[in-house]
Amino acid sequence: MPSGPMFQQTLTPGIRAERIEKRLGGNDVLRGVDLDVRPGEILSILGSSGSGKSTLLRCLNLLTVPDRGDIWIHGEKLAIRVASQRGGQSSVTDHRQVRRVRASMGMVFQSFNLWPHKTALENVTEGPVLVKRIRRDAAADLGRHYLGKVGLSDKADAYPRHLSGGQQQRVAIARALAMEPRVLLFDEPTSALDPELVGEVLRVMAALAGEGRTMVIVTHEMAFAREVSTRAAFMHRGLIEEESPPQEFFSSPVSSHLRNFLASHR
Amino acid sequence: MDITLLLTSMVALASGIPLTLLLTFASLVAGLVLAVPLAFMRASSRKWLSLPVLAYTYVFRGTPLLVQLFIIYYGLGQIGAIRSSVLWVLLRDPFWCCLLAFSLNGAAYTTEIFRGGIQAVATGMIEAAQAVGMSPLQIKRRIIFPIAFRSVLPSYANEVISLVKATSLASTVTLLEITGLSRKLVSETFAPCEIFIAAGVLYLGLTLLLAGFFHVLEVWLNGTPRAKTYKRRVTLQQVAHGQ
Repeated sequence: MPSGPMFQQTLTPGIRAERIEKRLGGNDVLRGVDLDVRPGEILSILGSSGSGKSTLLRCLNLLTVPDRGDIWIHGEKLAIRVASQRGGQSSVTDHRQVRRVRASMGMVFQSFNLWPHKTALENVTEGPVLVKRIRRDAAADLGRHYLGKVGLSDKADAYPRHLSGGQQQRVAIARALAMEPRVLLFDEPTSALDPELVGEVLRVMAALAGEGRTMVIVTHEMAFAREVSTRAAFMHRGLIEEESPPQEFFSSPVSSHLRNFLASHR
Repeated sequence: MDITLLLTSMVALASGIPLTLLLTFASLVAGLVLAVPLAFMRASSRKWLSLPVLAYTYVFRGTPLLVQLFIIYYGLGQIGAIRSSVLWVLLRDPFWCCLLAFSLNGAAYTTEIFRGGIQAVATGMIEAAQAVGMSPLQIKRRIIFPIAFRSVLPSYANEVISLVKATSLASTVTLLEITGLSRKLVSETFAPCEIFIAAGVLYLGLTLLLAGFFHVLEVWLNGTPRAKTYKRRVTLQQVAHGQ
């Protein structure tokens, strides 16, 4: 873990979100969600589409700004100006804080979102060079290290369009890792992949989980959530309806919605 | 048709090439410097940023370049305040008037071309940059602009080629670039056919070089596989513009 002023703001580690509300396109996507993620936890968030799980994840690094509610990241409360009653958008008030917090949380997207004009290595080093001001040669070493970690040492100079979906997603994971974040956020990382490519991405994620990293994973991969996570949460209509360790979550679900959900995904 | 006259006039007209190129590249650079920030303003969701730029591009794209040139060259000199200001040092010179007109006109078109490219950059590219903690300026400089520039390169190449041909208007305000020299030569020899054909051939050579340069640039920026599909796009756009 690197040191420096950027990383010393910590009071309490982990993520805490309270009463998060978000309205999007006329729907109440989040209706007062509470969420806690302790360091070292691997939290899987499950739920049918439209239940708000991706929106909740995006609220944590403020890619989506919640309409109401409070978020603490590593003990630091995020400065958000809430939307007025008459409408209008809620907005970020401390842009430096947001950038600092985002830099401490790696994010992996459903559609990879690699930058097409940069090679795999450049995709990985861009953040460290621009945001953490690491020298280019040092960043290149760092980038190669993390590309090796996701098994793509030989693809450093390849452009995204020459990589398969699974390879692109692994580069995206290396890009998140190169920032040496304290938390990793995964937004349905395998949903856009052909079935035969899902395995290689899940294997990389399982290896990261084995290192004791803090991870929040929105996913539809039941078997993966069951084996890898330390806690599973089920979202239904904008609320977390049930959360428990994976053994209980999958074998003795309490909520009827979760039982139906699990039955339909077996 | 006198082929010898055609060839000798080509040699004579070649002395106008440097001025044609100077007008082209100087207004190209000035236009680009203006257009990049204007395109970001134009693409902004904030009305107070985008509307003034829209007004500018609307006026300069909605009036003939020749009229703009005449307003600057003949019109501005009528205004006493300008005649007595330091600007007059530049504005009484037809070269600077041309440069001003071509830059402002070219910047208007380039702004709209880049605006389209900027708005077409996928949200996911920007979110990925935000997620690593880049600042808005870093995102514009390192992510949005490079992606947008690559996607609009064929349209921008068209704009540059249009500009080469537009510099012939400089001949109307006494400048002796290729077209200006041709007109002078015609008035001396009374052989408009050979001389204007010679001028046309020179322009053709210049645009061929530029088209080749942009093709190489596209291949270099995009890598060979994508350049193939891009080349087809250029051809279609050229047909649409009647070129």
